[in-house]
Amino acid sequence: MANLTGLLFAGGLGFMLLSIASGLDFGAPPMLVGSEIQAQAPQQTGAVNIVTSVVLGYRAIDTLGELSILFAAAVSAGLVLGRRHTTAGTQSRGGFILQCGGSLLFPLMMTIGFYIIFHGHLTPGGGFQGGVILAAAFFLPLLARPGAKLHHQSLSLIEGFAGASFILIGLLAMLEGKAFLQPMLIQDTLGQLISAGTLPLLYLAVGLKVGAELASLLSRLIQTEAPQ
Amino acid sequence: MTSAVTPELILYITAIGLITIGLAGVVMSSHLFRMVLALVIAEAGANLMLVLAGYRWDAVAPILTSLAEPAAMVDPVPQALVLTAIVIGVGIQALAVSILIRIHQRYATLDRREAAERMDAEIAATLGVPRDISQEEPLGERPLPPLPADRANMRGDSP
Repeated sequence: MANLTGLLFAGGLGFMLLSIASGLDFGAPPMLVGSEIQAQAPQQTGAVNIVTSVVLGYRAIDTLGELSILFAAAVSAGLVLGRRHTTAGTQSRGGFILQCGGSLLFPLMMTIGFYIIFHGHLTPGGGFQGGVILAAAFFLPLLARPGAKLHHQSLSLIEGFAGASFILIGLLAMLEGKAFLQPMLIQDTLGQLISAGTLPLLYLAVGLKVGAELASLLSRLIQTEAPQ
Repeated sequence: MTSAVTPELILYITAIGLITIGLAGVVMSSHLFRMVLALVIAEAGANLMLVLAGYRWDAVAPILTSLAEPAAMVDPVPQALVLTAIVIGVGIQALAVSILIRIHQRYATLDRREAAERMDAEIAATLGVPRDISQEEPLGERPLPPLPADRANMRGDSP
């Protein structure tokens, strides 16, 4: 009976969404703000990647709210999981190849993560994607050596510093008489690595925050396993 | 709806199908971890739907390659929304999984009914009240006289 109800619900939902979607004109979006942003973004923010100028320029407060949601999720996960248990003796260590592979991949993944963060205003990528790669780089050695400890103090220090600097950059823009989080500093040549004013700095803060948050979250998850 | 199978039809059906499969999984599965996985599938469908909403024919990714003649580009706003939605999704999943770990530590099961049953029993034992299995048996004496047999299945609706 419950399964039948569930199937009916799912079928009805799918039918409703399909009938809504069939009325849409595919390939010609009705939104006008996108084309306006495309026309003005390179002059206003100096970033080649227009998604970056939307994320950090036009919708920067949204990004700040999104960072606080991520922070709230990490804090509440820590609250739910409670104290960390040391699982040093309970889990077997990875093999030689796994350990060496983890150590070998660590610097490469750090490099790629920071590359993606620093080129966020030029290429597809940015703070979120690079931050996740940084978190993976920190998490990989932890998987190979289950007993190894991640330095939680410094991780939360990095996280807090990055979040504070994101807000601080926004407040600095207000100090110059602009709106909160409005892009500032010289924009320089379009398409250069050092260009687009404060956008790369904001993305660096986002990347460090996301990376530190996800790394501490994952390590918390792996360390709460099997408390008995 | 057109009879020919066009690319946009396939894309829309994929996105809507993912959302439907995910929500059906949330409703129908009895294992809590499967519910989280179904939620992930539904989220992927919703993200695909959002990206599709900004799609334009004959357009490139919204990254300038040459200033001289800017090509037609897809709408960057839905892409930025999806970018943040993915990261929020990861945070929500981590929170859900940590709650599941706690449930498994406490009740040694991830089955929805069984965990609810054990939680109910534990609450009743802590408070010192008799267990309330309201779905199966009536509670105490009946407030209303028994209904005739042909209307017995409507008893749940009567106040």
